[in-house]
Amino acid sequence: MTGLALLIPVALGLGLMGLAGFFWAVKDGQFDDADGAALRILIDDDEDIL
Amino acid sequence: MNAVSPVMPLAPLARTDFAVPAMRCAGCISKLERGLLSQPGITHARVNFTAKRVSISHVPELTVPQLLAAFADTGFEAQAVSALEDDKGSAEAHNLLKAMAVAGFAMMNIMLLSVSVWSGATGVTRDLFHWLSALIALPTVIYSGRPFFRSAWGALRKRRTNMDVPIAIGVSITTALSLYETFTHGPHAYFDGVVMLLFFLLTGRWLDAVMRDRARDGVSALLKQTAAGAMILRADGKTEWVRASGLEPGMKMIVAAGERLAADGVILTGRTSFDLSLLTGESVAQWVDAGDVVHAGTLNIDAPVTVRVTASGPDTVIADIARLMEQAGQSKSAYVRIADRAARIYAPAVHTLALASFAGWMIAGAGWHESLLIAVAVLIITCPCALGLAVPAAQIVVAGALMRVGILLKDGSALERLAEVDMAMFDKTGTLTRGRPEPVNLESAASAQKSVLLALARVSRHPLSEAIRRALEVENVMAAELEQPREIPGKGVFAVCYGKAVSLARPDGNVAQADMATELRMDGYRPFAVHFGDHLRPGAEDMVKELRNMGISASIVSGDRAVSVEPVAKTLGLTAKASLLPQDKLDAIALQKAAGHKVLMVGDGLNDGPALAAGYASMAPASASDAGQQAADLVFMGDSLVPVAVAIRAARRAQRIVRQNFIMAIGYNVIAVPLAIGGVVTPLIAAAAMSGSSLIVVANALRLRRAAR
Repeated sequence: MTGLALLIPVALGLGLMGLAGFFWAVKDGQFDDADGAALRILIDDDEDIL
Repeated sequence: MNAVSPVMPLAPLARTDFAVPAMRCAGCISKLERGLLSQPGITHARVNFTAKRVSISHVPELTVPQLLAAFADTGFEAQAVSALEDDKGSAEAHNLLKAMAVAGFAMMNIMLLSVSVWSGATGVTRDLFHWLSALIALPTVIYSGRPFFRSAWGALRKRRTNMDVPIAIGVSITTALSLYETFTHGPHAYFDGVVMLLFFLLTGRWLDAVMRDRARDGVSALLKQTAAGAMILRADGKTEWVRASGLEPGMKMIVAAGERLAADGVILTGRTSFDLSLLTGESVAQWVDAGDVVHAGTLNIDAPVTVRVTASGPDTVIADIARLMEQAGQSKSAYVRIADRAARIYAPAVHTLALASFAGWMIAGAGWHESLLIAVAVLIITCPCALGLAVPAAQIVVAGALMRVGILLKDGSALERLAEVDMAMFDKTGTLTRGRPEPVNLESAASAQKSVLLALARVSRHPLSEAIRRALEVENVMAAELEQPREIPGKGVFAVCYGKAVSLARPDGNVAQADMATELRMDGYRPFAVHFGDHLRPGAEDMVKELRNMGISASIVSGDRAVSVEPVAKTLGLTAKASLLPQDKLDAIALQKAAGHKVLMVGDGLNDGPALAAGYASMAPASASDAGQQAADLVFMGDSLVPVAVAIRAARRAQRIVRQNFIMAIGYNVIAVPLAIGGVVTPLIAAAAMSGSSLIVVANALRLRRAAR
C-alpha cells in the first residue's frame, strides 16, 4: 500500500503535466497547421536572428 | 518560426486572411512568407499550409487589391477570405480538441486503476481505486461532457430528441450509479466506461468539426467586385466623385481605362473593350460602342468612355445574381446529413430499449438497483461510439486524400451529396475550356517575327498580347529591341525596330472581328495574323468517358453563343444549351431536380454562381471567379478536368465505407445489446466492446487513404 500511495500520485501528476502541455500546445496554435509544421523543417533558413 | 520584420508599427495593424490554393511544398511556404514580408507595409505573414491560407498583418492603409498585387509579385494567386468567421469555426474545434484530450487523459488513468480491479483487487484496495477513479471521472464528465449536455438540453427544451439525449442521460445516470456503487462498496463501477465513451464520441465530434462547412460568404465577395463609386459628369461640365450608393439613373459616369463600372448603363461616347469575365466567365474582351449596354462590375480595358447610368445599387445585374445565389443556397442547407438521419431513428430506439429492459427486469422481480444497473449497461453499450465515428472518420480520410491530389473540400456533407449525383452540367468557358485565349498559329511565324512579336506583346496588358507573351515565353523566344514603343488603346502597339516601323494591331476589315485575331506588320514580311482559340482543358475527354462509366450523364450549359459552344460539344460528345442567362441555368437545374435527378454543377464564372449554389453538389476550378469558388462545394486545382471524376469516385467509395461502418456498428449492437439486456455485461466487457468497435470502424475508414490515387 505504501508503494501505491507514492506511485499513484506520481502517475497522476505525470499525466496532468502531459495534459497541461497539450493544452498549452493547442492554445499556442501548434495543432492549427499540422501539414505545414512537417514541411517547415525543410526550409533552409541560415540567416542571422536579428 | 514566424518571419517578423523589424519595422515598428505606429498605427494598429490590420489583419487580412487569404486563401492560396496553389501552395504545395516547403518552398512555397518560405517564398510566400519572405516575399510578402519584403513588401512595404506588411509586418507579419504566416502561412497555414493545412488550410492553404496566409494570414497577413499590415498597415491599415494597404487595401485588398494592393495585397493581392503583393501576392502576385511572389508568384501566387490569392483570394481574400473573411478571417472572423473562420475563427469561430476553429474555436469550436479547439474546444472539442481540449475536451477530447481531457477525456483521453482521464480514460488512461482510470484504466490503469480499473485493470487492477478487473484482475482481482478486492476490499479496501478496490474501494480506494474506485474512489480515485471517481475523483478523476467527475471533473472529466463535467468538463468533457459539456458539448453533449448542452446540445441535449437544447433539443429537450424544444421537445425534440437527438443523438446527444441518450448520451447525456446515459453518462449522467452511469456516473451517478457508479458513485452510488463506490459509496456502498459495490463490485462494479463504470467510470472507465463513461470516460471512454466521452473520449470516442469527442473524437468523432472533433473530426466532424474540422470538416464543418466553412461559412459561404459568396454573396458579399460578389458585391465587392463592383467599384466603390464613379466619377460623375455634371450638367455644368464639372466632375465629381460619387459613391456607388449615391448613383442614380440618368447620371453620366466617366469610366477610365482599367476601371470597373459601379453601375449598369449605356455607353454614350467612346469606343472600348470590356472585360466581362466577371459576368460571363468569358475572358476575351468584348468591343462596345456608343449605345451598347454595359454592366456593373465589368472592367473597362481600352479607352475612357462616358456611360449613362440605367440601374444602380440593388437594381444592377450583379446584385440580381447575388440575390439568386443567396436563394439557391438556401435549398442546399436543408440537406440532412447521413449521420443525423441515422440519429433520428437511433435515439428513440435506444431510449425505448433501455426503458424496456429496466421495466422488464422490475417486472421479473429484480430490485430497482439491479434493474437500473442493467438499463445503464444497455445505454452504455448502445451509445453510438462507433456510429459517431463512422461518418467523420471516413470523410476526413477522404478529404485528406483529395487534398493531396489538389481537390479542396468545403464540408463533409458535400462528399455525401457528391456521391449521389447522377447527372452533371458543365459550363463551357473557363470550365471545359481554359477560359483564356491562346494563340493557335504561332508555329507558322518566322523566328524574326516571333522575337518582334514578343517584344511588342510585352508592351501591352491587353488579354491577347498577354496570351502571345505567355506562349512565346514558354518557347524561350528572345525579344527584339524596340524603340519608341507606344500603345494606342483600341488599336494596338506600335514601335520602331532596327529603324523599321513594326506594329501589332487589330487587323483591317471585318475578317478578323468574328474570330479573335491580331496582326503583326513589319517591313520585309507579309502581315502575319495571329489567330486565337480557347483550348479544351486537358483530361476533358477522359473525364466525360469516366462519368459515363459511372452512370452520370453530362451536358453543357453555357452562356456563350451557340457558335462557340458547338465545337466543344462535338468534341466531347455532349448535348449543349447555349446563350443561357444565370436564371436559365438555374431553371435547367430545377427542371432536372423536378425529374428526380441529382445534378452536379461544374462552373467557374460569376454567371454560374447561382447554378453552383443550386446544384445538388458543385465543383469549380481554382481559376474560377471568387463568387464561383465560394458557391462551389469542391474546388480543384490545376488545368486538368480529371479531378471531377476522381472526386466523384472517391466520394462514392467514402459512402460505401460509411455504409459498411454503419453495418458494423449495428452488427456490434445486435450482439452486445442482448448481453446487456441479459444482465451479463461487466465494466470490462463494456470497455472492450466499445473500444473494439470504434477501432474497427476507424481502421475501415483508413482504407480510404488511397481513394483519390
